[in-house]
Amino acid sequence: MTDHKNRITIAILALGGQGGGVLADWIQEVARHEGWLAQGTSVPGVAQRTGSTVYYVELSRDDGSGRIPVMAQMPMPGDVDIVVASELMETGRAVLRGFSTKERTTLIGSTHRIYAIGEKSAMGDGRGNGDRIIEAAGERSRKFIGFDMEAATDRAGSVISAIMFGALAGSDALPFPTETFHRAIKESGIAVASNLRGFAEGFEQARQPVAMPAKIAHERPVPTTPRGSELAARIQNELPVAAEDHALHGVARLMDYQDASYAGLYLDRLKAIAALDAAPYELTAETSRHLALWMSYEDTIRVADLKTRSTRFDRVRGEVKAQDEQVIAITEFMHPRLREMCEMLPASIGSRILGSPSASRFLGRFFTKGRHVQTTSVKWFLMLRLVAGLRPMRPRSLRYQEEQQRIEHWLELVADAARRDRATALELVRCQRLIKGYGDTFDRGLRNYSAIIDYYRENPVGAERLTELRELALSDETCQALDRALVAA
Amino acid sequence: MAERSFASEVKKLTAGEGETFTGEGILAVTKALLQSGVAYVGGYQGSPISHLMDVFADASDLLESLGVHFEASASEASAAAMLAASVNYPLRGAVAWKSVVGTNVASDALSNVASGGVTGGAVIIVGEDYGEGSSIMQERTHAFAMKSQMWLLDPRPNLPSIVDSVEHSFRLSEASNTPVMLQLRVRSCHMTGSFTAKDNIRPPLTVGEAAAMPRRDVDRIVLPPANFLHEVEKIEKRWPAGIAYVRDNRLNEWFGPEKVDAGVGIIVQGGLYNNLNRAMERLELADEYGTSKLPIYCLNVTYPLIPEEVADFCRDKRAVLVVEEGQPEFIEHELNTLIRRAGLDTRIAGKDILPRSGEYSAKVIADGLADFLKDLAPGMAPEKETAVPIPAEVASQIPGRPAGLCTGCPERPVFTAMKLVERQLGPTHVSADIGCHLFSILPPFNLGNTTMGYGLGGAGASAFKPKDDNGKRAIAIMGDGGFWHNGLTSGVGNAVFNKDDTVTVIIDNGYSAATGGQDILSSRAKNKRRTTNNPITAAVKGVGAKWVREITRTYDIPKMRDTLLEAMTGKEKGPRVIVAQSECMLNRQRREKKQTAAALKAGKRVVRDRFGVDADTCTGDHSCVRLSGCPSLTIKSNPDPLRQDPVAHVENSCVGCGVCGEVSHAAVLCPSFFRTRIVSNPTRGEKLRARIGRTLIQRMQRSSEKRLAARAF
Repeated sequence: MTDHKNRITIAILALGGQGGGVLADWIQEVARHEGWLAQGTSVPGVAQRTGSTVYYVELSRDDGSGRIPVMAQMPMPGDVDIVVASELMETGRAVLRGFSTKERTTLIGSTHRIYAIGEKSAMGDGRGNGDRIIEAAGERSRKFIGFDMEAATDRAGSVISAIMFGALAGSDALPFPTETFHRAIKESGIAVASNLRGFAEGFEQARQPVAMPAKIAHERPVPTTPRGSELAARIQNELPVAAEDHALHGVARLMDYQDASYAGLYLDRLKAIAALDAAPYELTAETSRHLALWMSYEDTIRVADLKTRSTRFDRVRGEVKAQDEQVIAITEFMHPRLREMCEMLPASIGSRILGSPSASRFLGRFFTKGRHVQTTSVKWFLMLRLVAGLRPMRPRSLRYQEEQQRIEHWLELVADAARRDRATALELVRCQRLIKGYGDTFDRGLRNYSAIIDYYRENPVGAERLTELRELALSDETCQALDRALVAA
Repeated sequence: MAERSFASEVKKLTAGEGETFTGEGILAVTKALLQSGVAYVGGYQGSPISHLMDVFADASDLLESLGVHFEASASEASAAAMLAASVNYPLRGAVAWKSVVGTNVASDALSNVASGGVTGGAVIIVGEDYGEGSSIMQERTHAFAMKSQMWLLDPRPNLPSIVDSVEHSFRLSEASNTPVMLQLRVRSCHMTGSFTAKDNIRPPLTVGEAAAMPRRDVDRIVLPPANFLHEVEKIEKRWPAGIAYVRDNRLNEWFGPEKVDAGVGIIVQGGLYNNLNRAMERLELADEYGTSKLPIYCLNVTYPLIPEEVADFCRDKRAVLVVEEGQPEFIEHELNTLIRRAGLDTRIAGKDILPRSGEYSAKVIADGLADFLKDLAPGMAPEKETAVPIPAEVASQIPGRPAGLCTGCPERPVFTAMKLVERQLGPTHVSADIGCHLFSILPPFNLGNTTMGYGLGGAGASAFKPKDDNGKRAIAIMGDGGFWHNGLTSGVGNAVFNKDDTVTVIIDNGYSAATGGQDILSSRAKNKRRTTNNPITAAVKGVGAKWVREITRTYDIPKMRDTLLEAMTGKEKGPRVIVAQSECMLNRQRREKKQTAAALKAGKRVVRDRFGVDADTCTGDHSCVRLSGCPSLTIKSNPDPLRQDPVAHVENSCVGCGVCGEVSHAAVLCPSFFRTRIVSNPTRGEKLRARIGRTLIQRMQRSSEKRLAARAF
């Protein structure tokens, strides 16, 4: 293969709207200013609407002969010197399409994720594994420059194309002085100040070692009250080490959700499972996770409480980057239905209303449409605090009784399975993951959970089959996939 | 106004003799038209030629000063019919559109103008939307050139060649009284480069002057007996004249040695020459300047082929590889005929070696050429490049990224409402149209069964007569662009006349949005050179539609849903038309961003809405995403130490359109969504009220948090 010192080929992989075209233009400006011949091509069209697009730039140095080179119109696998990708999976796509090669490619890719619709709409966790991509990027490039370009964009308050432009300059993959890059930004005359900031940020980052995306680290809760310390001690004495982490989080969560005695009930239940478990105690660990989640089921009281906390108000202000002199108002979109209302009431009353069609019809009329709840207004804040204040009554509520009953049945089933085969018990525990959300979402989740559990009661299948069924339930909103599987079996 | 302003591009069009023009391929064509003394230009926008239309639209002053008439045609058919001006008069005219779809629409007029022939040069610039990034069916404009006998130019993809071919096209057209199609591939339209400009030329005769002294020649009209005469004239007069011009002006090119011992050569479409050269470079059969080790015959004119040139090139060769993109392989077929007629037995290799379908990228050509040489010139055969694909388990991590509706798009709530109706009535047959709304067929909406062409959503539903009185009605989608393109008659008029029992949703976002936000008849924008603000509802009622509903805010999902339900279930017969109006968010943002920035600078009160999700109440089911798909509504890792599924998250790119909230209400989703209204430069009163409220609330929060701390872990 001939080596072209006189030619540099650059592929830019970006998402529509990220300014890949702007970057391509800047690069050509720089090259032309340095006396190189520059050509850029792209295939916009529909892909401009948020799809992934490829821009291709070819630079050619005049060899003095005055001959005009024949330039390619698209990146050819194995023939690309520089790849700039604005997102982690686009970086992966550059590798997948063979644009980035070990022999010659400087691969500049962001490590942040913009999730594709397929990943976002999954009913569970549909995200692709980014670590595998970063690995491949390192293996299949001469030099891999990877950092979180979105974070850089936030720091610099610029657009991502400026970050990429800076990173390109910082990579030293182009034989052009930095001033010429600056010049291109200045001459474009658009948002010059912020683009220069972005450029500097990208330039700096390109000279750092590859930065892996940050992962959330959860530190263990530390007791702050006597009751807390008691329960922490119980965990120490009664539960295997493997379960400690989740159990501590669980206890903290349930004390926040209800009170210490409720957290105590949680530990009693856990203890019973732990007694049937053995090393590596995965069953106990997972039970402490899912039991805590189930016991802290989302009801109107909980939602009202969380919505009115000062920590939440601060979080929102931070999220919208509100300045002190700006006034902000927070409005919730709540849709309490008669069901949720009755579930808050003492079981006897709640069930009676739901039991009587006439009462339901009459009261139902008041809960047909969604409400705009302006939490930052004193009136609505009081209203929500009032609901949150019902917490002490929760144990007598209809919903509480329903949930505790379900939980007990679930734990019995788990315990029974654990005596025979812990793997199966573990999968039964994990089925709790199906029960989540509110309104229709909750109904669907509970329905799928019950369907699987009932099926299990009749024909006690093994762990593998349970995993399959759970994944089917999470694969299809209409529940048809699961139902077909259950009928077929 | 189009998506962006082309003021700077317009300035480039004024470049004079000797100046260097640097810009996009399609702009080079635009400049070349002015250098050729074009008298009138028309066309219909669409990738990849939208910029030609946009720039002309913004260049009105320049065009007027040159006496050039420009029309933003209602459709490709209107544009093609404009060429009638070149039939009787020595007027040079050019029209442009996206092909093959635009040529389909234009073909009636094209057949007529090609039959009668032209006096002034008539050039049709087609942006061939084929291959990667294409949004249409994969067909060839070549077929139209053949069936109507119009010459087809496919120049080498560099600006000087493209500009030359524009100027030749006019002369060729005049020399042979035949319309000429100039074909540009997508990448060539968007390819940047430079060429040395010439002065723009005033047309020797303007359309106004022509209209002032009408000329008539009944032999140019397609009616017996002239139509029979035209056929003979095409073969006996225009065909030879065309061949002669192409041959004598050397429009085709030859590269490399005349012959090689191995007795092989390559015939290539001009548009693919650069890909071929890059392929040969990789195989060490050429250098970066196009110095080839093999004889190459480059067809800058792909129709007609020049028999003598073909015979001369093939005479001393055993085998020739034809590099011809798309199918059927018309050129390969024709070459075989010409070889036979010339009494040669050169083997014509083509799609028996190269792939029968798909884009001919440099890689594809390199592999094909290597195979060709292995068979027929083993001595010259290079090694094929082989790459190791990345492991499947890694590749599978990379998600597909289909195009989708923009952040805050007003079309999204229309489809969300359709989704909600679907939940109540079950699935319905949906006849989709062409435009951004066609993204409804993709996730998350997955709505739409067919699309029959621009503006044909209504017609595409016309066959579906409901089973009985309570039978299910089909839904037709149509954009305002498609509506004015032909949908008013082909869709609504047709449904009224035939008493079709269908529901038509016309999405009226104020622009021909998918093609770049051009103005149309119903645009709200004031446009001093066009007539806008003609309501779609009036037109629909004008053709006799009775059941017409206008929804002036598509973001009102409950209203959208209930109107759809009424249309789907109502008892009365006949077509139902819902006009759903809200401005294209992309264009609205372009307009408002500036104003907002200015207002903020001036210290004026500015209100901004933005949506959010509470991570601690979100349970990670993502129903909200499945009913929206908004780019700014995404997911992030769950901050909760126990929960595993990612939570929904709204990015700061949110424009506060309100769909998120409306959805969680209408679909009874979850209470996690909230709207934050941010008031910059608030009034004194506002500030005071806010302060009082905050103080009271903070007091209450402090006391309740004391209690919380007391019972905390």
